[in-house]
Amino acid sequence: MSPVLEVSDLNVTFGDVPAVRGVSYSVRPGEVLGIVGESGSGKSVASAAIMGLLPPGARVTGSVRLHGTELLGASQRRLAAFRGKSISMVFQDPLSALTPVYRVGDQIAEAVRAHQRVSKENAQIKAVELLDLVGIPRPSERALAFPHEFSGGMRQRVVIAMAIANDPDVIICDEPTTALDVTIQAQVLEVLKRAQAKTGAAIIMITHDLGVVAGFADRVLVMYAGRAVEVGAVDDIYYRMRMPYTAGLLGSIPRVDRGRQPLVPIEGQPPSPAALPPGCPFAPRCPMRIDACDDREPPLFEVGAGHGAACIRWEEVHPDGPPRQAPGAVARQAAGADGISPLRVRGERTVLAVRDLVKDYPLLKGAVFKRRVGTVHAVAGVSFDIRQGETLGLVGESGSGKTTTLTQILELVPPQQGRVAVLGHDTARLTRSERTEIRRDMQVVFQDPLASLDPRMTVHDILAEPLRTHGKRSGRRISELLALVGLEAAHAARYPQDFSGGQRQRIGIARALALEPRLLVLDEPVSALDVSIQAGVINLLDSLKRRLGLSYLFVAHDLAVVRHIADRVAVMYLGRIAEIGQVDAVYDAPAHPYTQALLSAIPLPDPVRERSRERILLEGDLPSPANPPTGCRFRTRCPKFRAELTDEQRGLCVAVEPEVQPLAGEHDGAPDQGAACHYAEKREVV
Amino acid sequence: MTLSDEELAEELSDGVAVKAPSRVRVVAGRFFRSTQGRIGFAVLALMFLLAFAGPLVNRWSYTDKDFTAFMQPPSATHWFGTLQTGSDVFAVTLRGMQKSLIVGLLAALVSTALAAVVGAFAGYFRGWTERSLTWLTDLLLVLPAFLILAIISPLFGSGQWAVFVIMLALFLWMVTSKIVRGMAISLKEREFVQAARYMGVSPVRIIFRHVIPNLSSLLIVDATLNVSAAILTETSLSYFGFGIQPPDVSFGTLIADGSRTAVYAPWTFWFVAGLLVVTVLAVNLMGDALRDAFDPSAKRSR
Repeated sequence: MSPVLEVSDLNVTFGDVPAVRGVSYSVRPGEVLGIVGESGSGKSVASAAIMGLLPPGARVTGSVRLHGTELLGASQRRLAAFRGKSISMVFQDPLSALTPVYRVGDQIAEAVRAHQRVSKENAQIKAVELLDLVGIPRPSERALAFPHEFSGGMRQRVVIAMAIANDPDVIICDEPTTALDVTIQAQVLEVLKRAQAKTGAAIIMITHDLGVVAGFADRVLVMYAGRAVEVGAVDDIYYRMRMPYTAGLLGSIPRVDRGRQPLVPIEGQPPSPAALPPGCPFAPRCPMRIDACDDREPPLFEVGAGHGAACIRWEEVHPDGPPRQAPGAVARQAAGADGISPLRVRGERTVLAVRDLVKDYPLLKGAVFKRRVGTVHAVAGVSFDIRQGETLGLVGESGSGKTTTLTQILELVPPQQGRVAVLGHDTARLTRSERTEIRRDMQVVFQDPLASLDPRMTVHDILAEPLRTHGKRSGRRISELLALVGLEAAHAARYPQDFSGGQRQRIGIARALALEPRLLVLDEPVSALDVSIQAGVINLLDSLKRRLGLSYLFVAHDLAVVRHIADRVAVMYLGRIAEIGQVDAVYDAPAHPYTQALLSAIPLPDPVRERSRERILLEGDLPSPANPPTGCRFRTRCPKFRAELTDEQRGLCVAVEPEVQPLAGEHDGAPDQGAACHYAEKREVV
Repeated sequence: MTLSDEELAEELSDGVAVKAPSRVRVVAGRFFRSTQGRIGFAVLALMFLLAFAGPLVNRWSYTDKDFTAFMQPPSATHWFGTLQTGSDVFAVTLRGMQKSLIVGLLAALVSTALAAVVGAFAGYFRGWTERSLTWLTDLLLVLPAFLILAIISPLFGSGQWAVFVIMLALFLWMVTSKIVRGMAISLKEREFVQAARYMGVSPVRIIFRHVIPNLSSLLIVDATLNVSAAILTETSLSYFGFGIQPPDVSFGTLIADGSRTAVYAPWTFWFVAGLLVVTVLAVNLMGDALRDAFDPSAKRSR
């Protein structure tokens, strides 16, 4: 079959800075090509160049052929005829991809009428059909709604409906699920598959998530520093990779199906496009680097049928063959290798205890006289505790109340209802000096490393602030702290802006450690980082915990990361804990239907398993926390409630809100695990 | 490592410890490294030198009247010419410059500082603090300046320049403080402020350490604009029997008087106006350089 889209030797430069350097690929009809790369690898720029959507300052050379017709250098009018008709695009942020002031039905109808001569009425009918196809319930009604009335997942479905409105030959998806929660991501990927089956289009899937691509793509192109460094069939890339970067990337992903193994981070930082190393751009970070690597940039060697890798030592690269780590990394790993297995026996001392914590927010209306029109039950009775030296992972999708729980603990104010005890002190009965004492022993690391560091302060001042606040001398401690998190003492004189994301997060961690705290609250500490950097920070947190005897409250939406770092995990749903327990027990055999669905929705970076896996797809979106369902909060989306239970059994779910119960059959020595479900039943899903 | 060990180690290795680059030194260093900053500073220093050392070399004082020369253009005896009254323009201009430089710069600083503090406190604390401070700001905005002056002028004797500076500042800060309040509200939600709170830093210290420095671009621009505003506002205040009274002069009174005769006797107006422009320009240059010096991300190659 002849390729529908052929890109050859595509180059994009902004001024003197090359963003894309000599990328070539082709897609055949019905094929899914995954383009994988970290931020700054040029993957999005390359696709924007195909659509002709780059800003005027960009210089594009090479060739992009759609059905043999050259697109580069074509006039705007010719391009407009292609865009949306033969090639369409799905963007990352569905809210900004839709016009806020038009009804979604009209927007889809507009997309139809832009390329087809149909009447307004017929376009509307087509719009409703498309909405139905992408799985929007009551499509004729919802077509009249505005984008802000849709949830993120529903909006992305609308964007997909627009993309397939004109039966395109190629759909370019730029990180289509990155902004979405895992269960919604699974739904949207399902919709994309259905859309592809309907239109027979080729899909170019641009993502940083190797899991998403594994189950979805036929072929994968790995990009690094603006170049394709490896390309091949999906199985070749995942099981028979020939480029050290691909191997490193796969080694650094935390996986939900594997317990605590140390992750292998890729050393160093991705190169800046303005200052590329002389030879292979990956050489400075490569564990297999030899002198010949710096001579010139390696081309894509043909290493198998349809499999190319840009490495002069490709014959020696194996998934787990030669050492993939630099000597330094090995030493560090060896130092921290003992104690990798999670704690089986829980510690004696409790550092944090939360009992039946409740937090409501009033919904107010009116400008002058505010009246209460409702209540958002952000947290509705959450209980857990953390022992000395333990890590509790608090996971949940957006809107589950995990951040509210966190701020309630950090504020150290009396809770609205329930009890919070930090290091044995009840927050309801704290004096001022006790509160300061506790602040010293409980520190926090935030999600966005740049936002959490004052841009006007040098790293030295940032690290000195907690010390000064609590009346300690800084001086040597600063360089000690920097060394602790793997930075150099000379970095103290620089500003946060001068660092990369991973380094900034290390500064944030150093600040949190300045006062030698006992409890560290981590609010999504790695979710803003690239995979290869993320692994380094996770390993750092893990080794710090062991060396300094810290306890972590680790809040995250990424279940795979939590599996790697946590001893126990608590899964939150709509302000309540659905399941809590020892991490391997919960991940290997979740008992709550929500945990089961959540775990089954996470894509694995393993194409064979990913294809054979059965997904438990949740229907619909998270209900509003202002108006939660009666009884069990999960029952409106629960697959068990819908399919397995009898009417009589359902009555209990509707009437009584389940509490977290230890699972039956538990005895001394068995891992602790409890689920808030009347009909909890262990099941393997990963 | 226990605390005492650590402190001991610290004492021993004091020389080796990380050099702590203080914020003041960093900002000063970057300020003087920029051409703009150096030029602005040099010009302003020259203006001060002229204002205070100039009268020493001039044989006329600002109170002297030369009855042989009324409204004369610049000459060897009167370098800048003379006024209608026979006063030497050079002498009065320098006298006015002494007053205006000090009053203008100080009033601008005080008003910006006031705006920063009131706005930041209102924005950071919200609640009652905010309501009362906003109320005060709004009140000062809507009340005509002369009304307040009429009420409080009996309390002060005239001619005290410190009181005068404060009065001037009181008329200039309100609008800026409203902007500052808005920005402080959004800064309060930023994670580095949250981080400082959870660290146990006291709210007042957070305001002075995190909130106000992050508003410095706005505040510096505001202060530079206020310098010229203060110099000109001072004129109108003089009408209320406040501030500079004859025979004493200031840039404000000189410009007001000179503008009437500017058409047929340009020297009465253009010298003083020119010096004002140069002063404001120098202050603006310094302000720009200072803003860049405070902002670590400005104009630096990665």
